[in-house]
Amino acid sequence: MAEITKLIHKYLRHEKKFPHVWCPGCGNGIVLGALIRAIDRTGFSKDEIVLVSGIGCAGRLTVYVDFNTLHTTHGRALTFATGVKLANPKLQVIVVMGDGDATAIGGNHFIHAARRNLNLTAIIVNNNVYGMTGGQYSPTTPYGARAATAVYGHIEQAFSIAELAVTAGAAWVGRGTVYHASLLDQLIEQAILKRGFAVVEAISHCHTQFGRRNRLGGPVEMMRWQKEVAVRVEKAKTMTPEELKDRITIGVLVDRELPVYTHELRKLREASQAALGAK
Amino acid sequence: MTANLTDPTNQGRPLLLQGNEAMVEGALYAGCRFFAGYPITPATEISEVMSWRLPAVGGTFIQMEDEIASMGAVIGASLAGGKAMTATSGPGFSLMQENLGFACIAEVPCVIVNVMRGGPSTGLPTHVSQGDVQQARWGTHGDHPIIVLAAATTRECFDLTVKAFNLSEKYRTPVILLADEVVGHTREKIVLPPAGTIEVVERIRPTMPPEWYIPYEDNLRGVPPMGIFGDGYRYHVTGLTHDVRGFPTERPDEIVPFMDRLFRKINQHFADIQMVVEDLTEDAEVLVLAYGSVARSAKRAVREARARGVKAGLLQLITLWPFPRGLLEPHLRRVKAVLVPELNRGQISREVKRVNQGMTRIDTLNRIDGRLITPAEILDRLVRM
Amino acid sequence: MKRYEIRLAGSGGQGLILAGIILAEAAGVHDGKFVCQTQSYGPEARGGASKAEVVISDEEIDYPQVIKPDLLLCMNQRSCEAYAFDLKPDGLMVVDDSFVHDTLTTLAVPLPFTKIAREEVGREQTANIVALGALAVLSGVVSLASLKTAVLARIPPGTGELNEKALDAGIAAAGRYLEEKAGKSQ
Repeated sequence: MAEITKLIHKYLRHEKKFPHVWCPGCGNGIVLGALIRAIDRTGFSKDEIVLVSGIGCAGRLTVYVDFNTLHTTHGRALTFATGVKLANPKLQVIVVMGDGDATAIGGNHFIHAARRNLNLTAIIVNNNVYGMTGGQYSPTTPYGARAATAVYGHIEQAFSIAELAVTAGAAWVGRGTVYHASLLDQLIEQAILKRGFAVVEAISHCHTQFGRRNRLGGPVEMMRWQKEVAVRVEKAKTMTPEELKDRITIGVLVDRELPVYTHELRKLREASQAALGAK
Repeated sequence: MTANLTDPTNQGRPLLLQGNEAMVEGALYAGCRFFAGYPITPATEISEVMSWRLPAVGGTFIQMEDEIASMGAVIGASLAGGKAMTATSGPGFSLMQENLGFACIAEVPCVIVNVMRGGPSTGLPTHVSQGDVQQARWGTHGDHPIIVLAAATTRECFDLTVKAFNLSEKYRTPVILLADEVVGHTREKIVLPPAGTIEVVERIRPTMPPEWYIPYEDNLRGVPPMGIFGDGYRYHVTGLTHDVRGFPTERPDEIVPFMDRLFRKINQHFADIQMVVEDLTEDAEVLVLAYGSVARSAKRAVREARARGVKAGLLQLITLWPFPRGLLEPHLRRVKAVLVPELNRGQISREVKRVNQGMTRIDTLNRIDGRLITPAEILDRLVRM
Repeated sequence: MKRYEIRLAGSGGQGLILAGIILAEAAGVHDGKFVCQTQSYGPEARGGASKAEVVISDEEIDYPQVIKPDLLLCMNQRSCEAYAFDLKPDGLMVVDDSFVHDTLTTLAVPLPFTKIAREEVGREQTANIVALGALAVLSGVVSLASLKTAVLARIPPGTGELNEKALDAGIAAAGRYLEEKAGKSQ
């Protein structure tokens, strides 16, 4: 059996949940593929993984995979994940969100999760638009782009999700695209193995809602765009700001050792129990 | 302020505790090991005491970025195996409604304390109110059953917190414990019961082989056994309406049985869930129906009325929702009149009237100025009824 | 003892809520009575109106707040004006005459708690504890031994000696007042 077929049999809930809800050509399938390949490489058992998601196209990812899966409310996936991880720190908690999910309605939870530094993995599929509700602008919709709620062109500036995560204090931040699929595998694997809050921004595309309105073509053209604008972090260091204009850096943006919340909590418990014993 | 609580030799000795502090002790007694919250008057003491009491018993306290996050974390912790709780007041309770609905539909046990203050909006942060009674029932969107209890004394704060956890675990439902500013902040003497003297219920876990586990399958109780993340029973938890396997469904033949079961698991256990305290009601001609701090005023007023020859009695509601109509109806058939004093504009009295159907006269006494209804105000009405 | 109601009033920062807690703990935990202690306060931590109430009884307490105080302590002029006329006809009113210049009634007991705290104890913040000592002597509602135990259990670590001194100063001041009064009536 081909490697991919083995993975499909091992990890997908094929008996009940297919066909999936995503449009043909959607990047979510590539993210899902990268995720199960990465999990398989880490060696964690299916029982050890808790996959948490929010609402939107990316949020539907949890239903297809045979882990402990938790499909939460819009924007709140990280808050549920925080509770899961604290109640049982042995579990590997991976959170999948969309751009609107993680940085609009869930923006506050996102920056505080980054600051708090629990050992969680956050994968944010960024397709620049609210796909499931029909193509309204999101916090990552570029200035001037058209959306169902920006028919004359968008008048706001966009967030850069990975940079936001770096600034908010995440221990590890990486960015990939669904075109660079094998890099995405590696990034997700590293993010899962990182001790601390790790963020993977996966640049994806919504040809149905965003591509169509902005005349960007179908999935092939949009993925070609990903290939053209992406530049490896290592190479970007040798480039001038002018050369980097309108380019997207991919790779590991930040990897730093910060106190992990659950370790600090363990110390706090020991201190409080010692104080009790001293009385 | 309660440093003496850490001394285990204090068990069985009288302590002076706030209602808020007693709720913490009740939660710990019930086995709560996770608390997520956000500071808010007049519930903050619960967070403060939890922050040092929980780590000492190996539990987790976390102050989240808001009440939405607190409720999310509580649900996550419960799914991963811990008895979990949060505490707030009106504005925070409003923010919790979204995820409270998730706990209803996904059937996640958890306890939410709301120490009520004057509203709407920021309202009267340091003053008493009972303005969230209907919000506790219908605050989250969609049809759903819910259990809501109301405490009046420090002792009840302890007992009903234990009870709230028990009901929550037994029926896989969020349970809301309503206190109010007076109940939360009043300090009273309490002797904490030694471990093992009050019943503590644990959730029913699956025992069949994992491949046989159908997470939302109906049974006689209407409450499916609950798999815990990491215990081998992998399943899908979602806020979408789901089939018996937990997967999203839009099929009417799956939606209806699911919603029916959600209600049935509460409805068929009314006798276990609905609680009242009867005080001088056997021969009462006028009945005061009250709950929370107002029940304390009513208790005094009823005695003063009896001293003046008025046969008054008090029916104190412990369970507000599901509304204990079966325990009220015999009184409605018998008494001349019922007085419902409340610190709102009639949130329970409208329920009493709905149940009454013209059987007797229902009078209301409402106060919304942030002050507790006094015994004199109730007495004044009782002697004129 | 049937229901006995105490109201301690003044401004935020005078330690009245702590005084209420100590009084309740002395009567409830150490003297074995039923107690209810409540308070009301504004949003400000210092300077706003502050009120603590304690209800003490041999029976279980229903209504937790004061209906008509048997004992009223006013630590400033404003509280005196707000509550003097709530007092029960045979009630006891005690004022801190460091701040209260018009007691509104000749029956009030004026004692300079804040002045004593500043000059005799050496720390103005102990005025609440000075007042507690005096209230215990004047009303007899708690035993002095219980009050002392309760004070020492509730104060910040390292301030035991200071607060004991404050308590003794209050007890002594009340004693002097009673002696003077007895002298006058003879």
